[in-house]
Amino acid sequence: MNPILNFIAGIGAAVLDALGLLGELGIFTASGISHVFRPPYYPRMVGRALMEIGFYSLPVVALTALFTGMVLALQSYTGFSRFNAESAIASVVVLSVTRELGPVLAGLMVSGRAGAAMAAELGTMRVTDQIDALATLSTEPMKYLVAPRLLAGVVALPLLVAIADILGVMGGFLVASLKLGFNPNTYLINTFANLRTDDVVSGLIKAAVFGFVIALMGCFNGYRSKGGAQGVGAATTSAVVAASILILALDYVLTQLLFTAK
Amino acid sequence: MSGEKILVRGLEKAFGAKKVLDGVDLAVMPRTGMVVIGGSGTGKSVLIKCILGLITPDAGVIEIDGEDVLKAHPKRARELRGQIGMLFQNGALFDSLSVWENVAFGLLAEKKIKRSQARDKAVEILAQVGLVANVAGLSPAELSGGMQKRVALARAIASAPAIMFFDEPTTGLDPIMGAVIDGLIVDCVKRLGSTSIAITHDMASAVRIGDTAAMLYEGRVCWTGPAADLLTSANPVVDQFTHGRRDGPIQMALRK
Repeated sequence: MNPILNFIAGIGAAVLDALGLLGELGIFTASGISHVFRPPYYPRMVGRALMEIGFYSLPVVALTALFTGMVLALQSYTGFSRFNAESAIASVVVLSVTRELGPVLAGLMVSGRAGAAMAAELGTMRVTDQIDALATLSTEPMKYLVAPRLLAGVVALPLLVAIADILGVMGGFLVASLKLGFNPNTYLINTFANLRTDDVVSGLIKAAVFGFVIALMGCFNGYRSKGGAQGVGAATTSAVVAASILILALDYVLTQLLFTAK
Repeated sequence: MSGEKILVRGLEKAFGAKKVLDGVDLAVMPRTGMVVIGGSGTGKSVLIKCILGLITPDAGVIEIDGEDVLKAHPKRARELRGQIGMLFQNGALFDSLSVWENVAFGLLAEKKIKRSQARDKAVEILAQVGLVANVAGLSPAELSGGMQKRVALARAIASAPAIMFFDEPTTGLDPIMGAVIDGLIVDCVKRLGSTSIAITHDMASAVRIGDTAAMLYEGRVCWTGPAADLLTSANPVVDQFTHGRRDGPIQMALRK
């Protein structure tokens, strides 16, 4: 065949594949959400997923938030001291952490830990026929495996981010008061003086969306994996990459939606 | 013929350009066991996955108790398929659950027992496949291949299914353990009065567990008959396959 036609055919095939994947993801998402609301419910599976996504991710999210707050205080000082604006550091730290860094960094860390684990677990279940076995045991796999993880993702991430917010601010406070010579009381007063409820709420809304995306990508890629160990590995990689990119892209979309000039 | 427990007519399934099933016809009478043999990739697993509803066929009819499951209301189709117990090739035990939770899984899902009774019931069923109570608390990864197969069999028979499917029940087992599993399968099927379909490459196993046999070749059933006749069949495809001869129609097909 003509090389130009080959090239065009290749593009066409890639577009069709992408559309097919998008359609598959749409159906999977709708089915997963619908199973969250329809009985029977599996509270044990929800509890297990909450532990996996929330509790076991706590150390890595906590450390990330703490060090991010500390670095943010140092870097802000570097810049603001040039304009004699050191008093704004507390506000910058708390607003950056609650509105932006808390949800995004927690999302990325949980994606790398829990999202990958979900994809690997479901992928292994797929290639070892465990998902088919569920279906033969009067259990809808989407309801048993996917719905609890979606629900847990939406619940666990905001809780993690709430903790990350506190630790991030605490990190900034520790550096400011112990290293940069700020008065601790003044720093805390400055921290809360400019913090509003919607700053925290917007971060938690982002966290809920990111939690859903992480669980969705982990489940979707794991659920449709094939080809043995290599397929499971590929599914795990895809889950983390897709979730990370979506988190960053959705972060902009949500920031735009929740943006207030006040 | 009428009164079949399972009837398959003209079943077709293709994956892309590859037509795996090309008009499969099969009839299994109640309380009988059929073994389906055939080379790798001839669609044996696809056939039983179509009957189970795990794969949707492109065309054909699948009847259970005279009702077409492909045309039935989804709820009714689930009820009809709900009477099928399945032993997967590699056991497919849930590795996040203990042995007793695996065995009682279907019973709990169907709400046939309470969770507080489930462990005792699972131990009772494990005894039927020759496993002692102290394996109940172990995880599947702690068991040998033969024990995993027994646990998978226990899980498959837990709900006393009217129909049982066995996918390569002796694969990966030594000949003695294979014979033990075959014996357990025959006992369980007889005790429950079930109708069964087994897929196997193991001719000794096929003769032990089957009443009738069917050979899949080039997407169709090319031979059916008593399982006892498998090794003496005059059908050249069956003869070559059962005796593992290098020369014959199957190899001729590969050379095309």
